[in-house]
Amino acid sequence: MTSIPDAKAPAAEVVLEAISLTKHFPVRRKLRDLFSHRKDAVHAVDDVNLTLRRGQVVALVGESGSGKSTIARLLAQLYPRTSGDIRLHGETTKVKGGAAFRRYCSQVQMIFQDPFASLNPTHTIRYHLTRSLKIHGNAGKTAEDLDRALIELLERVQLTPPERYLDKFPHELSGGQRQRVAIARALGARPEALLADEPVSMLDVSIRLGVLNLLRDLRDRLNLAILYITHDIASARYFADQTMVMYAGRMVEGGDSETVTQSPAHPYTRLLIDSAPDPDRLAGTSDAEGEDAGNGEPPSLIHPPAGCRFHPRCPFAMERCRTELPVPLEIGDAPGHWAACWLYDQNEKAEVAQ
Amino acid sequence: MSDPVLEIRNLNVEYGLGDQAVRAVRDVNLTLHRGEVLGLAGESGSGKSTLAYGMTRLLAPPGVITGGQVLYHPEQGEAYDVLGLSDRELRGFRWAETAIVFQGAMNSLNPVHKISTQLTDVLKAHRPDMSESARHARAREMLKLVGIAADRMDAYPHQLSGGMRQRVMIGMALILQPQVVIMDEPTTALDVVMQRQILGQLIELRERLGFSVIFITHDLSLLVEFSNRIAIMYGGRIVEEAPAAAIYRDALHPYSKGLLGSFPALRGPRRELTGIPGSPPDLKGMPSGCSFHPRCPKAFEPCSGNIPVLGRPGTPDGPSRSVACWLHPTEQPVG
Repeated sequence: MTSIPDAKAPAAEVVLEAISLTKHFPVRRKLRDLFSHRKDAVHAVDDVNLTLRRGQVVALVGESGSGKSTIARLLAQLYPRTSGDIRLHGETTKVKGGAAFRRYCSQVQMIFQDPFASLNPTHTIRYHLTRSLKIHGNAGKTAEDLDRALIELLERVQLTPPERYLDKFPHELSGGQRQRVAIARALGARPEALLADEPVSMLDVSIRLGVLNLLRDLRDRLNLAILYITHDIASARYFADQTMVMYAGRMVEGGDSETVTQSPAHPYTRLLIDSAPDPDRLAGTSDAEGEDAGNGEPPSLIHPPAGCRFHPRCPFAMERCRTELPVPLEIGDAPGHWAACWLYDQNEKAEVAQ
Repeated sequence: MSDPVLEIRNLNVEYGLGDQAVRAVRDVNLTLHRGEVLGLAGESGSGKSTLAYGMTRLLAPPGVITGGQVLYHPEQGEAYDVLGLSDRELRGFRWAETAIVFQGAMNSLNPVHKISTQLTDVLKAHRPDMSESARHARAREMLKLVGIAADRMDAYPHQLSGGMRQRVMIGMALILQPQVVIMDEPTTALDVVMQRQILGQLIELRERLGFSVIFITHDLSLLVEFSNRIAIMYGGRIVEEAPAAAIYRDALHPYSKGLLGSFPALRGPRRELTGIPGSPPDLKGMPSGCSFHPRCPKAFEPCSGNIPVLGRPGTPDGPSRSVACWLHPTEQPVG
């Protein structure tokens, strides 16, 4: 087991940084809106700060529709951002396609959820990997160089012997093998950061861990910075050094994975953890606890609730939550553990104590 | 244990004909008892959905049932074989006796009809003598039962959230008070919070209405929590069947153990997990003997040669469970 690094440790170099990243998708205006000044937008991601460090895995956990995939796509520069900043090695990136995009994505690569859709069914594995190597200039000068690079890539993702896989088509491989090819293709660019958008949720349960363990091995050996997006908070605990929880487009809690999963601070994180399947809670013994708390659904992101976006579902909602947007507050039980919740405001606590 | 309500005997299902046929379900024996939740777990391609479609005769061609029996015990009267029903009898049997909630049920509602129309349609087909107002009253009652306000009756499916659509589907499945409800991955498209709510509600309804559930999923940790008994499928066969607690505490088959070890735990110490090496078998070229032996960490000589039969193991809790593994040889085959 790898030790969990201190969340505040400055040891690892920052690779990719998002600073108050925001993305609003415009909503098509109806005829009657043409005469008004109303401009609706889906607030997919609002004011998100995220730091990926070399050799660390950051997990982003949230329900579907919470904006986690949008963050990955923003970081991969597949969408233009509405506001905020993405910094690669401390430098602001302005990417609009073309050579700048190539240069950017040779350092930041993405792995998609569905390996059945992300590989071209009409091409062999050799073609997929060769393209990645050539485009990013890692193919070497001669045919032998290329062959060596191909074999090295396949060995790195534990598809051995490599010769057996090189000339196969994607349909001849199982889901886990395909996802490994997709990872190898991402590695062909020799990236410094990997953005993995639910890399295992389409795979069979028995092979998910194999792929997660592979990614962790790559983190250690290649010193990659990995963003791991998932809805399964248990796998975030297993795999990630740090865990961030998202709700309705905003970050609500963050800290090292063990702290966030073992002593969750934000009411939403608690709800998420209470809802996860737990084999120790056997049939019949499951109590009604938490059932009331979880009622309701994520809010509309076109007109998100004022104040804290979780307040309509929150069992601890106070007057302040309805009007004022909570800021990230230090919890104090472990370094780097924070939650965007007024419950942890010192003034508020003092008032309650009185 | 209570009386059986559905007994599957030596069921075989193939896709295609002749030499090209793929045997998706092989010699499956399974009994569902009245009022219980039976979990069916396995990887994709293990045949769990095919088994569900086979026993309800919903298999689309080229799927063919090549042998076996599915005995249904109605509340009153003689048991009969579902596979032997005529089309007419089958129409009466379906939905009234067994209902099925499909994977991605939220997409199985017709988008151009109101919820009320779709709910009352079921009653129109099965209870032709029911009056219009009685049908509406019943539909409203069902919606209330699954926790949807009755004023959503006139909503179209797109006006409801995924969780609500799933509830409507469950309500529709229960509207004729069937004895058996089959749920094929009912919550995979939902979030964990919604998943827990819906399953909690389903368990509560089952206690109230007394139907039995076959719950198909690949999420074993969910099954351990919500079902009474669990059957684990691999390569078209049932490899182990036991009470949920027994599977969780001490699974006998190495595959069940591997499957349990594939879920990172949210509580307790963090440990290194490996999953199961290798990949699921190709149904066209099944390994000889036990189909799990190429991936099995404990495989020894008999495994590659002979197919283990499902039988009672020699453990103290032997009578309540069965396993198909040469590590636990048996004298008492099931079925």
